[in-house]
Amino acid sequence: MPGFAANKVENILDEGIEKGGAKLDNKQIEDVIKSVLDTETGERLKIYVDTCVHCGLCSDACHHFLSMGRDPKYSPAGKVKRTLGEIFRKKGKVSPEFIKSASIIASTECNVCRRCSMYCPFGIDVAYMMKVVRRICHKLGVTALYIQDTAHSHSVTMNQMWVKEDEWVDTLQWQEEEAQAEFPKLRIPLEKEGAEIMYSVIAPEPKFQAQLIYQAAIIMNTAGIDWTMPATPGWDNSDMAMYTGDFEIMGRLKRSHFDTAARLKVKKIVMGECGHAFRSVYDVGNRWLGWKRPPVPIIHALEFYYDLLKAGKIKIREKYKKSVTLHDPCNVIRGGGLADKSRYVVNALCDNFIEMHPNREHNYCCNAGGGVINCGPPFKNKRMVSNKVKADQLIATGAEVLLSPCHNCYSGLEDIIGHYKINMEIKFISDIIYEVMEKPA
Amino acid sequence: MHDLYNFVRGPLAWTAFFIFIAGSLYRIIKMFVMIKKKESFVFTFWSWKYSLRSIMHWLIPFGTVNMRMHPFMTIVTFIFHICLIIVPFFLFSHNVLWDESWNISCWSIPDPVADIMTIIVVLCIIFFLVRRLKEPEVRFLSTASDYFLLAIVALPFLTGFIAYHQWSSYQFWLILHILTGEIMLMAIPFTRLSHMLFAPFTRGYAGSEFGGVCHSRDW
Ligand code: SF4
Ligand code: SF4
Repeated sequence: MPGFAANKVENILDEGIEKGGAKLDNKQIEDVIKSVLDTETGERLKIYVDTCVHCGLCSDACHHFLSMGRDPKYSPAGKVKRTLGEIFRKKGKVSPEFIKSASIIASTECNVCRRCSMYCPFGIDVAYMMKVVRRICHKLGVTALYIQDTAHSHSVTMNQMWVKEDEWVDTLQWQEEEAQAEFPKLRIPLEKEGAEIMYSVIAPEPKFQAQLIYQAAIIMNTAGIDWTMPATPGWDNSDMAMYTGDFEIMGRLKRSHFDTAARLKVKKIVMGECGHAFRSVYDVGNRWLGWKRPPVPIIHALEFYYDLLKAGKIKIREKYKKSVTLHDPCNVIRGGGLADKSRYVVNALCDNFIEMHPNREHNYCCNAGGGVINCGPPFKNKRMVSNKVKADQLIATGAEVLLSPCHNCYSGLEDIIGHYKINMEIKFISDIIYEVMEKPA
Repeated sequence: MHDLYNFVRGPLAWTAFFIFIAGSLYRIIKMFVMIKKKESFVFTFWSWKYSLRSIMHWLIPFGTVNMRMHPFMTIVTFIFHICLIIVPFFLFSHNVLWDESWNISCWSIPDPVADIMTIIVVLCIIFFLVRRLKEPEVRFLSTASDYFLLAIVALPFLTGFIAYHQWSSYQFWLILHILTGEIMLMAIPFTRLSHMLFAPFTRGYAGSEFGGVCHSRDW
């Protein structure tokens, strides 16, 4: 159909998907589909499929659809039709080519952001259905190369970035020394049993963004928090296995994270500004392990900052002057209800806060989350093209600085800003806190 | 013709009601049993408070962001569903039947009003049909069964309208009316019309997850 932007993003070859697909035979596909549908899904999926009246009202929820010239194949129900719909119609007798394309659809054309559940009159959970497709593809070994590598890292090292145990501890000590130049009595307490808080981060922090650990240490020390970080595996709260459909690895990761908190006898886990990790620890991983709610209370950074500012444990020297806008990450706002608290925090820190529209639960996705950015460079151009609506939304604010309290969103939005040449800086909230807070002499 | 009338009015009517009620019960009970067996977490996370909160928002016209984004569709959808439910239940001539068969007598709407509501139902269905054909995102999703279902719902209203106005063979149109009404009834539990049965559960579950776990709205 003319006008659709689809041609720029089709026929992407991914080594993991190609090689995985080449090994498949039809019988194996049928068996795996049958086993996933029979043993891992149930009536809920069937009811979703039967209840969907093909009204298309979910379409306007999805940034892929909106950005791709309203091409119907990118609508939430359109993606279900192209994946599970075919699987049901053909009773699981689908080809390796089909599985390859289903893997691409489910992992790079849907961020499992759940915005569409708020637009479908029946609350049909398309994100869940896409995760079922990912699970099938995972079991068939047809997963994009880059995110699969991340899942391998998880399974070998219990962290996302192949960080070795000594590297982890070294990085913390290095950041401690750096911060001591500014704040001589500062400590990053390791393995402190009985501390009130265990602070956990995602592996990209020690790997590429060690300054975030530095800033967290300054904030913790200034606020006088009784905190600790683990020196053992279990320090990483991230979870790409949840997104590839490798739930067994996800379970091991979350268990090691919770076990570490239990071993350190902390009262709660505070986590850095990451969205997917919050979803994994707060909502998904705990369920896989049989916990209705997380066994240790989970506090996202946004909520932690809110508590600190509210209680006056952090004081603001001078509010941030540049105009800022705030991106609401799906996993902590739609998934964690932190919309009001994040606004309290931003208003406490900044003089000039401009809302983007739509916002809160209705904010548009960054198009990085849900494991999409982790599918790597082959899909980067597609990720840019299929989120034009986000670029337009950012430009409309006219703000100088974009705040993104989530790692995936941060990286994805940084790419969007670059691709669409938007004149905007991007920052984490902790960057602002660090800049405007009163620090002890 | 008379025999046919007796058949659709008698045994087939009973069969249709039986299939509708038993089929609906079967689907709902099966849902509960299977959920209990394989996905019992749905019960764990089910919250009446948040289910009802979500259902209420979706029952109130313009109570959700999406409804406000598509005002015309919202108006048509509400009017359609309201007429669709009221006409068959409260039509005077149906009331006579309820009374004859089960001794239930209830309030009925005046015939001219029912007449207008019937026309509205048919017009709404025409709108849905045009929307299905014209809007790319709806057309892409549409299968033969979707068009078929529109016809299944339209026919009892169309035939009833013709029969009532007695333009041509009254008995022919009446029989066709009863027959198509029975087909629609029997189709409810086994086609997409079952959204009538499942909507409260799917919406309620979404509301429970959004409200209870995520502390956010789903409308
Ligand atoms: S990206 Fe979000 S809105 Fe689009 S289909 Fe996936 S879950 Fe729905
Ligand atoms: S809005 Fe819901 S019912 Fe309508 S097409 Fe989308 S998923 Fe199906």
